[in-house]
Amino acid sequence: MFQALADPTRRLMIERLCDGPASVSELAAPLAMTLSAVVQHLAVLEESGLVRSQKQGRVRTCQVDTQALRAAERWISERRALWEKRFDRLAAYLAENPEEPKEGSET
Amino acid sequence: MTERRVTHATFTIERRYEASVARVFAAWAKPEAKQRWFACHGDWMPGPYEFDFRVGGREHLSTRDTDGVDHIYDAIYQDIVPGERIIYAYQMQLDTRRISVSLATVEFRAEGDGTRLVFTEQAAFLDGYDRPEEREIGTRAGLENLACELQRQTATA
Amino acid sequence: MSDYSVLHATIVVERTYPASPKRVFAAWSNKEALLSWALPGDDWVSGYECFDFRVGGNDRSYFGPPGGETYLNDTTYLDIVPDARIVSAGAMTSAGKRFSAGLMTVEFQPAGNGGCRLVMTEQSAFLDGHDLPENHEAGWNEMLEKLGNHLGRQQAAA
Repeated sequence: MFQALADPTRRLMIERLCDGPASVSELAAPLAMTLSAVVQHLAVLEESGLVRSQKQGRVRTCQVDTQALRAAERWISERRALWEKRFDRLAAYLAENPEEPKEGSET
Repeated sequence: MTERRVTHATFTIERRYEASVARVFAAWAKPEAKQRWFACHGDWMPGPYEFDFRVGGREHLSTRDTDGVDHIYDAIYQDIVPGERIIYAYQMQLDTRRISVSLATVEFRAEGDGTRLVFTEQAAFLDGYDRPEEREIGTRAGLENLACELQRQTATA
Repeated sequence: MSDYSVLHATIVVERTYPASPKRVFAAWSNKEALLSWALPGDDWVSGYECFDFRVGGNDRSYFGPPGGETYLNDTTYLDIVPDARIVSAGAMTSAGKRFSAGLMTVEFQPAGNGGCRLVMTEQSAFLDGHDLPENHEAGWNEMLEKLGNHLGRQQAAA
């Protein structure tokens, strides 16, 4: 997923899609590149699971897969919360153990 | 079909402690100290704690939760500069399922009488989307959080 | 002021090869194959001191210009999914100085026409100004180019 977002063009496309679904030509309009280059970027985004698209007649409509993004975001916030708790306990431990370590005993 | 997915992310946590760098560092370096604050799970059952604090040395902790699932933490120390920093790679496993692999950097900076601790975790979350409980409808806010996180990461890449 | 510094960076390099994920994975998991493409510099001295490709196993490679500084790379394999993924932790040292420590994820994904898309993500801590993310990125690009040549030669020999 990260490699999909590592590219500035793909980030612009994601930002656009955060405002709602768009067709491939709508996505391409503000970008200074060929339609086939846009289609390639889109393929990377689809492969990463960030974007899904659906073809209706001759128009392909793209949208952000919020589930995929949400899952990753939850991973990070859970891990962060775990560390925040640990660091609180470290503060408590330091408060309970005020003595300085002896010289040379650091490692 | 088994879906194989890796999500990479970086986050940083900073804390200030009213204790000297030597004391804060010692809390990470000495087994009896580290065990006191690092492993604490209420009514979970901790297994034996292994801690070999030197470059190439390993740390291992397995804790069984109230549902009988083993939460396994395994680390290997990559860089240690006393009073300055500790870098280690670690992985988390639920029973036999590996859920993440990370590189953690802990930096200790003297700040007045206290210490600023800067913790940076560069994580690879493995196959996370296969967990059904993770599949919930997202919110715009969550999405922006992540975009921010990833953007910051790209800026440093 | 302290001479110690840490710069965190993430480097992503992608390549698509006209070879199956199985073959590309084999080129990453076999010592002889790795020796033929994964060590930098054609005229450099390089090799493996030990090689143990399994979860929990370690390897140590060395490389450097002839008569010059020798770099040591220590790797511990953390997660291996055959033909799909390798995650390892590593650290680079030279003359007793640690240059960087990092985590490496290599993903092997099926691509069109039986090919393989390789996505390599390095999440590293660059230490004390000894090394730079751009050096790693350039190094990886060069090596992945050589991997393509290696796979091509293999194909021609088959």
